[in-house]
Amino acid sequence: MRISTLRLGRMLRKELRQLLRDPKSKRLVFGAPLLQLFLFSYAANTDVRDTRTFLVDHDHTAESRLLVDALTASGHFRIAGRSDRPADLTRALDSGRALVGIEIPAGFARDLRAGRGAKVQVIVDGTNSNTATVAQGYAARMVQEFGLDVAAAAGSSPAGGVELRSRAWYNPDLVSRVYNVPAVVGMILILMALLLTALAVVREREIGTLDQLVVTPITPVELILGKTIPAVLIALADLVLVTTVAILWFDIPLRGSALALLLASLVYIFAGVAVGLLISTISRTQQEAFMVMFLFFVPTIVLSGLMYPVHTMPEFFQVITLGNPMRHFLEIVRGIFLKGVGVRDLWVQYLAITAVTGLALSAAVWRFRRTFA
Amino acid sequence: MMRLDAVRLWAVARKEWLQLRRDPRSMALAFLLPVLMLVLFGYAITWDIRDLRLGLVDHDGTQSSRALADAFEASGFFRIVERLEQPRDADGLLDRGQLAAVLVIPPGFARDLAAGRRAPVQLLLDGADANTATIAQSYADAIVARYSLDVVLQGRRLVLPVQPEVRIWYNPTLESRHMIVPGLIAVIMSIIAAMLTSLTIAREWERGTMEQLAATPVHRLELILGKLLPYLLIGLFDVAMTTVLGMLIFGVPLRGDVLQLAAATTLFLTGALGLGIFISAMFRSQLLAMQAAMVATYLPALILSGFIFEISGMPAVLRAVTYVVPARYFIGVTRGIFLKAAGFEALWVHGVSMIIFATVGLALATLSFRKEIAR
Repeated sequence: MRISTLRLGRMLRKELRQLLRDPKSKRLVFGAPLLQLFLFSYAANTDVRDTRTFLVDHDHTAESRLLVDALTASGHFRIAGRSDRPADLTRALDSGRALVGIEIPAGFARDLRAGRGAKVQVIVDGTNSNTATVAQGYAARMVQEFGLDVAAAAGSSPAGGVELRSRAWYNPDLVSRVYNVPAVVGMILILMALLLTALAVVREREIGTLDQLVVTPITPVELILGKTIPAVLIALADLVLVTTVAILWFDIPLRGSALALLLASLVYIFAGVAVGLLISTISRTQQEAFMVMFLFFVPTIVLSGLMYPVHTMPEFFQVITLGNPMRHFLEIVRGIFLKGVGVRDLWVQYLAITAVTGLALSAAVWRFRRTFA
Repeated sequence: MMRLDAVRLWAVARKEWLQLRRDPRSMALAFLLPVLMLVLFGYAITWDIRDLRLGLVDHDGTQSSRALADAFEASGFFRIVERLEQPRDADGLLDRGQLAAVLVIPPGFARDLAAGRRAPVQLLLDGADANTATIAQSYADAIVARYSLDVVLQGRRLVLPVQPEVRIWYNPTLESRHMIVPGLIAVIMSIIAAMLTSLTIAREWERGTMEQLAATPVHRLELILGKLLPYLLIGLFDVAMTTVLGMLIFGVPLRGDVLQLAAATTLFLTGALGLGIFISAMFRSQLLAMQAAMVATYLPALILSGFIFEISGMPAVLRAVTYVVPARYFIGVTRGIFLKAAGFEALWVHGVSMIIFATVGLALATLSFRKEIAR
C-alpha cells in the first residue's frame, strides 16, 4: 500500500490542531502529567513518619517524659493530643485523629527504678495494615531500647549482644520517592497514549464526521497513522518534560543511558496507542470508550508493581502481570534510573515489552481495517 | 426562584434513564468496574511480605553464627537461597533483583558474643524498593534483637526494664483486605460518579441537543436533580454490591450501622456527581471533560485520601490539601463504620464534611448550568 505524504501531512495537521486548539486542552496535555508526577512523588510514600500519636500519661514523672521524648525524637511519632482519661484515647483512635495510642500507667517510674519491669501500653490502629506493621515494630523497639538504656545507665543491664547494622543499596535512605518517581513516568506515558487515542475514532463516529473522512481519498493506513502519530509525539514530549522534572526537581539519579530509556519508552508508548485504537474502534460512544479504557487502565496500574510489589501477589496474578506492558516497562525504568543497568541486563524485559506491543498493534490494525473496509 | 416541581423533575430523570438504558454496554460497565476493582485490589494486593530471598555470607562458621542464620529462616520472613563467599559476590545478584537482602556475619562473631562484647552483623538491602526494604529491615531488627536477648540472658530469667505491650485494634491480624475494601468503596464511588456524569452535559453540547434542553420549561435545579437521580441509584447499587461482595468473599466485617453508611454514601455521591456535572459543563468536549474528571476526582481519591498512603507521612502542603479532598472524609466514614463500629459521635466531623460536599457539589452544578444557557 502506498502512503501519500501530502495526505498524511494534512491529516496530521488537522489532528494536532484539533488536539491543541483549545488552551484548556494544552493545559491538560502538559499540566496533568506534571500534576500527577508531583502528587505521586510527594504523597505516595510509605515511609512511616510523624505518625499521629495520642498520649495518656498517668505517671507524670521525669522518666515517663523521657520515654515520650525518645519516641518523638525518632521522627516516627508525633504527639497529636494528650489527656488523662483513657476514654479520650479510644475516641481519638475511633475518629482517626490518632493512629497510635500510648498509655503510661501510674507507677511507671517506680517500677523502672526498682527493676520490676515497668509496663507501657502501645495501641496501634490496624486499619492501615501496612503502616501499622511498621509503626508497631518501631514503637516496640524504641520502648525496649529506652529500657535497656536506663538499665545500662544504672549499671544493671548485662552487656554484649548482637548489633544489626543495615545498609541499603541504590537508595541508602530508603526514600520511597526514588523508587516511585521513575515508575510514575510509566503511568503517565500509558495514560496519555490511551487518553489521546481511545476517543480518536469513536468521537468522529459520534459527531458524524467519520463518514466524511471515509469518502475522502485517504487510505486506512494513512488514517491510522494520522490518528496515532500525534499521540506518540505528545507522549514523547511528556516523557522529556517529566524526566527532566524528575532529575532536576526530585534529584532522582539517572544512572543508566538515556538512549536505553528512550528506546523502551517508544516501544511502550506504541503499546498504549495500540490498545487505545482498539478501544476506539470497538466502542460506540465516547462514554463507552472512556469506561472500557478505565477497565483496562486499572488492572494495568494495579498489576504493574507501581504501588504494590509484584512478588507478593498470588501466583495466578503474577502470571497475568507478564502480559502487562507496564510491568515490564517499570522494571526497565527502575533498572535504568536506580541501578544504572542497560539493555544488556534487561534484554528479557525489552523482549517481553516488544512482544506485548507487537501483539496489541496487530490486533489494533486488524480491527481498524475491518472498521473501514 | 421557581418552585421545584416533582412532575418536571421526574420527567427529566425518566429521559436520562431512558437514554442510559439505550446504552446497555455503558450500564454493564458501570457494574462490572466495581467488581473488577474489588477482585483486583482484594486478591492481588498484599503487603504480607514472606519468604524474602536472603543471601548469607558466614565468615564465622561457628555454632552461634549458624544459630543466627537459623533464626532468620525460622521466622518465615526470610529464606536463605544463596550462600556466598564474599559480600562482593552479592553485587550482580542484587543488581538483577535476585536477592532482596544479604546477611553478613563477620569472623569473630562467636568470640565477641562469648566475651560479652557487642558483636556486629551486617544486613545489605536492595533499597530500590524502599517499601519492601523498610519492612524487611524491621523484621530483621526484631529477629536479631530476640536472638541477642536469648544469648545475653543464657537461660537466666531477667525482667526487661520496660515491657511494651503492643495491641492492634480494629484489625488485629493486620490484614490488608480489611484496609482495602472499605477504602475501595470511596475510590470506586469517585470513579463511577466522574465517569457517569462528566460526559452528560458535554455530550449534549457535542450532539447539539443543548439548545433543546435549554428551551424546555424546566428549572435548572430540577434539571440537575433529574440528571443526578438515575446515576445516584446506580452508585448506591454499586456500593451495596461492593459491600456485600466484600463481606462474603473477603470476610470484611461490617461492625457499625448500615443506615449511617447509606446516608454518608448518598451525601458523598451527590457531591461527586454534582462535581462531575460541573466539570462537564466547564469543558464542552467529552475528551477534555473526561481528562479533567480523572484529574479532579480519581487521582485525589486514590492518592490524597489516605486509601493507601498515610496522610501523616505527606509533606505539610499536601497534608493541607487533603482537607479539601472529600474522599478523605468518606474513607474515614467507611473505615470507621466497617471496622471501628464508630457512629456519629466519633465521626461527626466527617458527617458535616459530607453535607458540605453534597451542598457545594449541587450548587456548582446548578450555577455552572445557568452560565452555559446564558452564553
